[in-house]
Amino acid sequence: MTDIITDAEEAGFASDLTQADTFGESVRAYITRVRGGDMGALPSIAGLVVLFIVFNFLNDRFLSNLNMANLITQSGSIIILAMGLVMVLLLGEIDLSAGFAGGVAACVMGVLMVEHSQNWVVAVLAALAFGAVIGLSIGLLVAKLGIPSFVVTLAYFLALQGVALWLIGEGGSVRIDHPVISGIANNNMSVAAGWISAIVIIAVLAALRLLQHRRKVSLGLQHQPFGLVVAQIAVIAIVLLVVTYILNQNRSVNPTFPIKGIPYVLPMVIVLLIFWTFMLSRTSWGRHVYAVGGNPEAARRAGINVDRIRISVFIICSAMAALAGIVQASYVGKVSTSSGGSYTLLFAVGAAVIGGTSLFGGKGKTSDAVIGGLVIATIANGLGLLAQKSYITFLVTGGVLLLAASVDAISRRRRSATGLG
Amino acid sequence: MSEKSPILHLRGINKSFGVAHVLHDVDLAIYPGEVTALVGDNGAGKSTLVKAIAGIYPADSGEYLFDGKPQHVTSAKDAAALGIEVVYQDLALCENLDIVENMFLGREKKNGLVLDETTMESKAREALTSLSVRTVKSVRQSVASLSGGQRQTVAIAKSVLWNSRVVLLDEPTAALGVAQTRQVLDLVRRLADSGVGVLLISHNLTDVFEVADRITALYLGRVAADVKTKDVTSTQVVELITTGQSGGVTGPSTTAASTS
Repeated sequence: MTDIITDAEEAGFASDLTQADTFGESVRAYITRVRGGDMGALPSIAGLVVLFIVFNFLNDRFLSNLNMANLITQSGSIIILAMGLVMVLLLGEIDLSAGFAGGVAACVMGVLMVEHSQNWVVAVLAALAFGAVIGLSIGLLVAKLGIPSFVVTLAYFLALQGVALWLIGEGGSVRIDHPVISGIANNNMSVAAGWISAIVIIAVLAALRLLQHRRKVSLGLQHQPFGLVVAQIAVIAIVLLVVTYILNQNRSVNPTFPIKGIPYVLPMVIVLLIFWTFMLSRTSWGRHVYAVGGNPEAARRAGINVDRIRISVFIICSAMAALAGIVQASYVGKVSTSSGGSYTLLFAVGAAVIGGTSLFGGKGKTSDAVIGGLVIATIANGLGLLAQKSYITFLVTGGVLLLAASVDAISRRRRSATGLG
Repeated sequence: MSEKSPILHLRGINKSFGVAHVLHDVDLAIYPGEVTALVGDNGAGKSTLVKAIAGIYPADSGEYLFDGKPQHVTSAKDAAALGIEVVYQDLALCENLDIVENMFLGREKKNGLVLDETTMESKAREALTSLSVRTVKSVRQSVASLSGGQRQTVAIAKSVLWNSRVVLLDEPTAALGVAQTRQVLDLVRRLADSGVGVLLISHNLTDVFEVADRITALYLGRVAADVKTKDVTSTQVVELITTGQSGGVTGPSTTAASTS
């Protein structure tokens, strides 16, 4: 029955729509997509706005410049870890060990710098290499032996805690006070450098976007309406400029020691966001990651080396976890046996899922990690300001994660019902 | 039409799995511009024969001639290199990717490191247009939003895109409704008319009689008949499939089948 209906509808369509819709039509098409269950980043952005309004209402310090800068630094390591997890989730796999992989990698860095007085560059590279090796071994076990990633990474989750104890000793911790490392989360760019980089990023993105648009129009390919392209550029520009403006204000409570400028974590996150977005959407490697997540058998028949894609993604996830661990160590000023433990992984998985990455594989973007990470960090930050007991933070975060996973499951069902991808 | 020389010619193909002798001295010819239907009951060896052609299970003995030249096809890559494309029954498409992305999957066009989306989109559109595909709204819609017939269309268009010379279609209409079957059969005909050699594996004799130029019937691993569609009736083909012989049908291997 449905077949005949679809065919009747199809008969009316031209072979292909190469002309752009008008702006209004695009908006209507977007609304149809959302109603059909393809919500993208909408729930997470809406959630973020609601959280901002609620926390601002409950505590007037929430929207202060100081707290906004704190929020960005706090979200840094969550976002970086979540970026790695987004890629693993794209394959329909999970990495439960990512939190501790980051923690232990940071321990490796700390021990090398403090106990073996190594150069910070050597220590950071060693930490990243440690992460990559962990990822390689997880990837080999999952891809070549066929053990479910859930089990492999659960084993690593336990084993890596042992490694941390062995490296640092029971209950110990290592102080991280190297100016470069602790500067990642605690130092700021100069005001001028902040404005210049913001404007350069906006100019480059706008130029690339407009060039791409012109090329598509001239070749008669499918493209978005010009108004929508301009609107997208405008939104990105406004967000970047507002954030830069806020962070370039003096946010110190002590007038004799002004604090202003963009925390170094922010450009780091932006560079990673641009890099991984490029890798996932513009290279054949990225295309193959989506293909393996969507239908591994089809990917195999298309000649894609499925094992190699899986292994590469686990390597990237653990290496990104190591980077997140370093940022976190910089933020708290030490590494300990519990680094990367407790809620670290839950927050990052939550960030990815809240951002709109599907737990079922094949759907997600690096930007999901950024938006989701901001939501998670906002909850932790806002509840912290309200001086709530920490059990409330856990309850609320757990609830938000469940909510996000439910949205994912429901929208997936609606998508398959309405036939949207 | 059979004055043309076959583009793909198998002679005396044998294949065993352990003690099971699945294919006995099978001959099969696929001509350019013609649809050859491969019919046979379950277990007759259709799938094994297709896999032998596609290089997935290489034959134990026999000749594999492509353009009249003997070839050693021992892997799916070898077959693809010759220009043989297989469209499987369970379609090998990724639902989360769009039509263009699926058609170029594993063989993406690149500018240096970066995917060349504009070229890929134009070529995909060209391939779909050359098959007069009008049922797809946009080449950028995801495969999840396509109906079964449209998916089959995309899978078949993929073979046009890669200038395949021989296309093997495994039960392309098995899961489709009436209108969609119509579309796919039209597409199969157009594919053959463009000069491609098409092998259609099907259980559905209505489809076979509608679109095929020749019929090769397999019976218990042997070729029961290799005939032109216009020379036989549906009843005769049913007899060939179920008993391996039919009065009045003379194929190259009917004698071999009757002596077994």
